[in-house]
Amino acid sequence: MSDVAERVKKIVVEHLGVEPEKVVDNANFIEDLGADSLDTVELVMAFEEEFGVEIPDDAAESIVTVGDAVKFLEKAKAA
Amino acid sequence: MTLRRVVVTGLGMVSPLGGDVETSWRRLIAGENGFRRIDTFEASDLPCQIAAYIPRGDGANGTFNPDQWMEPKEQRKVDDFILYAMAASTQALADAQWKPETREQQISTGVMFGAGIGGLSGIADTALLLKEKGPRRVSPFFIPGRLINLASGYVSIAHGLKGPNHAVVTACSSGAHAIGDAARLIALGDADVMVAGGAESAICRIGIAGFAACKALCTAFNDQPSRGSRPYDRDRDGFVMGEGAGALVLESLEHAKARGAKIYAELIGYGLSGDAYHITAPSEDGDGAYRCMQAAIKRAGVLPSDIDYVNAHGTSTMADGIELGAVERVLGNAASDVSMSSTKSAIGHLLGAAGAVEAIFSILAMRDQVAPPTLNLENPAYETKLDLVPLQARKRKIDVALSNSFGFGGTNASLIFARHDRAH
Repeated sequence: MSDVAERVKKIVVEHLGVEPEKVVDNANFIEDLGADSLDTVELVMAFEEEFGVEIPDDAAESIVTVGDAVKFLEKAKAA
Repeated sequence: MTLRRVVVTGLGMVSPLGGDVETSWRRLIAGENGFRRIDTFEASDLPCQIAAYIPRGDGANGTFNPDQWMEPKEQRKVDDFILYAMAASTQALADAQWKPETREQQISTGVMFGAGIGGLSGIADTALLLKEKGPRRVSPFFIPGRLINLASGYVSIAHGLKGPNHAVVTACSSGAHAIGDAARLIALGDADVMVAGGAESAICRIGIAGFAACKALCTAFNDQPSRGSRPYDRDRDGFVMGEGAGALVLESLEHAKARGAKIYAELIGYGLSGDAYHITAPSEDGDGAYRCMQAAIKRAGVLPSDIDYVNAHGTSTMADGIELGAVERVLGNAASDVSMSSTKSAIGHLLGAAGAVEAIFSILAMRDQVAPPTLNLENPAYETKLDLVPLQARKRKIDVALSNSFGFGGTNASLIFARHDRAH
């Protein structure tokens, strides 16, 4: 697992209080990990804080799974 | 319209003496206290450096284990007053053995929780975050985790309580007003059962600084925390802040009887008044307190001489004497047979939770026929016929108990409880 994926997973476990083994690439924050709409806003904020990037609202809306987040942040980091 | 009778069928508490009702009560009667030096934030430049903290732990030996009452991920979103309200309410509902499951049971059960200040600590922290990092770092949980009525909100969601959902904000009278107002909703038929109480978590740097600026806090006992809260004593110089929550399950008498619930007491009287005098000080003549107690007595249909115990507001400030005078006027010649104590001497001033926690102590005083002590009352500042229960608890007959709460803004509440099985 990449460094980005590890850090994303840690944030998700912390914020949503879920078992680490449930935080897989195709896990949907709302449907699989029990987040509500406010939780997802906070998750995006936590990603911004951790990775020092800004995630615009339209990009945030497309981040619905753990994999989406990892992909977005790896790309943002490379940029 | 006939008013329905309202009884107390469940109790819950988190206090500086323990994480539950019986631990708090046992330690109160034993003369123990919950004060220590402030150690959760920088206090060296504050005039007051002592407070009464909830004893946190793993839940063993009566300690308070937050994880027992709210998931860690939920705790993170709210200020502690909501956590304390959840703990006290969950305990009270379990004690009452009331678990609404049918739709009818759910919509007949409501919540009325009060707090004086709400999420002060979270507001202060978030204001700093906003200044340092800008608006994009303000959490979506900032607002819902700080609002006072979210105590009622969280409790209703956790237990499926779909009846009236309300909140009270009357400073240090909040807990008492919440109980009185909730009882009225039951009396009028808006609900059969209400979870009512108060919660507060204002022991934070800005909270202490703010009350210290009002010259309301104790400053002379920073090196002797357990001696700081000393109602009616010559050397008192301000209140010591506490934290926690108290919750009561209130129920119509017929509803409680129909399900065979254990009945602790009946709430027979509730009085309210306003001082219309000053934002922080009561009037010298104690008129607001006097009228408040009179209103409760009238509603209860008892004589002043029926009252056995008064749980005083008694904050360990100059206002103690004003309340004392008002109680003496209300009781008249009966004063010599009445015990009045301030349990703030053991747990400090729980602000918006005070009225709820002290209502519970009043009820338990009737259950166990014992008046809790006024600690540190070594040199009484007043001559009075009242027994102020100095230093040690006193066994005595208590069939009717009155609990006073007075708040900034000149807002007063008095509750009168009676033993359900007392002879009329």
